[in-house]
Amino acid sequence: MVAALEIRNLHVSVEDKPILRGVNLTIKQGEVHALMGPNGSGKSTLAHALMGHPAYHVTAGQVIFDGEDLLEMEADERSRAGLFLAFQYPVSIPGVTLANFLRQTINARMKAKDPESKGISIPQYTRLLKSKMDYLGMDHSFAGRYLNEGFSGGEKKRAEILQMATLEPKLAILDETDSGLDIDALRIVAEGVNRLSGPNLGALVITHYQRILNYIKPEFVHVMFEGQIVEHGGPELALHLEEQGYDWIREKYSAAE
Amino acid sequence: MVAVRRRAARSAAPSYTQADVEALSAANNEPNWLRESRLMAWELYEDMPMPGFKDEEWRRTDYRHIRWEEAEKLVSPNGASVDSVPAATLEPLIGEKQGGLLIFVDGKVVRYEISEELTRAGVIFTDLLTAAREHEDLVRANLMTKAVKPTDGKFAALHAALWTHGVFLHVPRGKVVELPLHVIMYNTHDGASLGHSLVVLDENSQATILVDYASADGSTHSVYIGATELLVGDAANLRYVSLQNWNRQTFEFSHQRARVGQNANLDWIVGTMGSQLAKMYLEIELDGKGANGRMSGMFFADHDQLFDHDTQQNHNAPLTTSDLLFKGAAKDHSRTVWQGMIKSMPQMQKINGFQASRNLVLSKDARMDGIPGLEIEADDVACSHAATFGTLDADQVYYLMSRGIPRSDAELMLSEGFFDELLQRIPFERVRDRLRDALDAKIVG
Repeated sequence: MVAALEIRNLHVSVEDKPILRGVNLTIKQGEVHALMGPNGSGKSTLAHALMGHPAYHVTAGQVIFDGEDLLEMEADERSRAGLFLAFQYPVSIPGVTLANFLRQTINARMKAKDPESKGISIPQYTRLLKSKMDYLGMDHSFAGRYLNEGFSGGEKKRAEILQMATLEPKLAILDETDSGLDIDALRIVAEGVNRLSGPNLGALVITHYQRILNYIKPEFVHVMFEGQIVEHGGPELALHLEEQGYDWIREKYSAAE
Repeated sequence: MVAVRRRAARSAAPSYTQADVEALSAANNEPNWLRESRLMAWELYEDMPMPGFKDEEWRRTDYRHIRWEEAEKLVSPNGASVDSVPAATLEPLIGEKQGGLLIFVDGKVVRYEISEELTRAGVIFTDLLTAAREHEDLVRANLMTKAVKPTDGKFAALHAALWTHGVFLHVPRGKVVELPLHVIMYNTHDGASLGHSLVVLDENSQATILVDYASADGSTHSVYIGATELLVGDAANLRYVSLQNWNRQTFEFSHQRARVGQNANLDWIVGTMGSQLAKMYLEIELDGKGANGRMSGMFFADHDQLFDHDTQQNHNAPLTTSDLLFKGAAKDHSRTVWQGMIKSMPQMQKINGFQASRNLVLSKDARMDGIPGLEIEADDVACSHAATFGTLDADQVYYLMSRGIPRSDAELMLSEGFFDELLQRIPFERVRDRLRDALDAKIVG
């Protein structure tokens, strides 16, 4: 069965301030969706609410992932269920190397399946990590560096894609993965995503700009405004936004308050 | 009828007498000079008040709940052998082969090994009482005369008068001891022990020594009143590791001081995990031009532990460098204090002194104090000091969890990560492993 993420009438508040005001969206494995919208429209809030950030409070609605109630799960359970979020601002963690971190993520999965599991063996892990890094064109020296510490913007985003490649999620949310990247870095990141996409990966590409969509081709494009998805369409919608900007959205949907 | 409630009297000080000092010295069959030096220290001890709240150094460390009447009984050997020492403590932590091993159980030597290579090189590595008899000139000249002195404080004086056992290491001029030396001081029962470490490195010599302190679970209070003296001669190189894992009923009061000669190098690693309360003075005196001293301290307090590390980096010569890093964590309702001072005299130019205390507060009931200090009277210097405090970062926890790592594992990783900077300063892999294991046990426990 194809796994699906179904978001039904989702309302989310941050510090008692409502941000999402009834989001509806369904994404199936194998599909690539783009979520666009002006700054502050709630795109990142949706991403973190889906991932389970403790500061984002769901006040109403439902999210079903692969037949299960996603909102009942902690962030780590959501990840192990097959959801992945590539952070817009990956957190740096001094003292924890990228290699150690990724190994723990794999071991956490093995232990969740089998509490007796001793985790992945070091040689097996080393092979896996090297192959994934080669696949994404990453220098092996990354593995020994502290996670995201002192990484450039492009390196951070590539490390996010490396994590995605290693964890092989069913559904990946890419939160403004293009922001702050120069064209070369953007191409590398987009190629990484494209290599991973296929019938087993559903993707929600969150972006403010159309630029990344030259590299990652979505079948479905959605526009978020003031905490709701207001427009649905195909790739032509993204091009239209590129030409026209978001003003027409504002005019059409601004709450008459 | 009025009920009269009486509090059991709790002694504010141990009840030792001069007769105890004399009895100890006689039982050890000590040379006269040693007996005399004990008695002189005893006089000093009697003239000093017990330290307390009015002393700045003790303001944050209240030890008055110690039950001296139980803790003061001198630990004496009761037949326990090396088998009572936990396997993890016995494990050699530096290198496969050891140059020497000296194990005290309840103050008595239960194992003593020294490699032929070291003996041939003229290295003395033995227990302090034996050394005092057999190497009077060396011990007499250095024992509590240069580094720690009886005048340093009430507990230093008491130690000088009543020390029960100790280790003596002497490396002659120009000799390099590549094989590490391991000392274990282990107690199987409650009471007082007063251990001493005296390390004398002559000019251009080199050694690595690890001292492990531990004890079996106790039923009442114990006290450890220790002294460590590290005399690093000109151009000598000493790597010194001390790991403290006393039981939770032990109070430690110790004075530890190194003197570092011209162009000499000291790498000092301190790990504090055990005891109920520990007040440790850790001081580096950079005496010779070009002397270099590094101190790396790691501690983790939990439950009702109180650790007080009082450090000094004294630049007594120009062109000297000191680099201190303390990293510690506190959980439950434990308390920690680190107070540090870098000092230099006006004419001591071109010195580098660095001092940082990084604190990880893991519970809202834990309290950590860090008090850095500089007293620099020279102008051509590079000195920095800092104390930072933080808790586990919620965004970091969330980031790790978002990759499938359960919260408890994420917190463990972050706590370990916090200490990594310090662990990386320790050049011995198994010392790092031991400290990491101790950390994990504390974090999870």
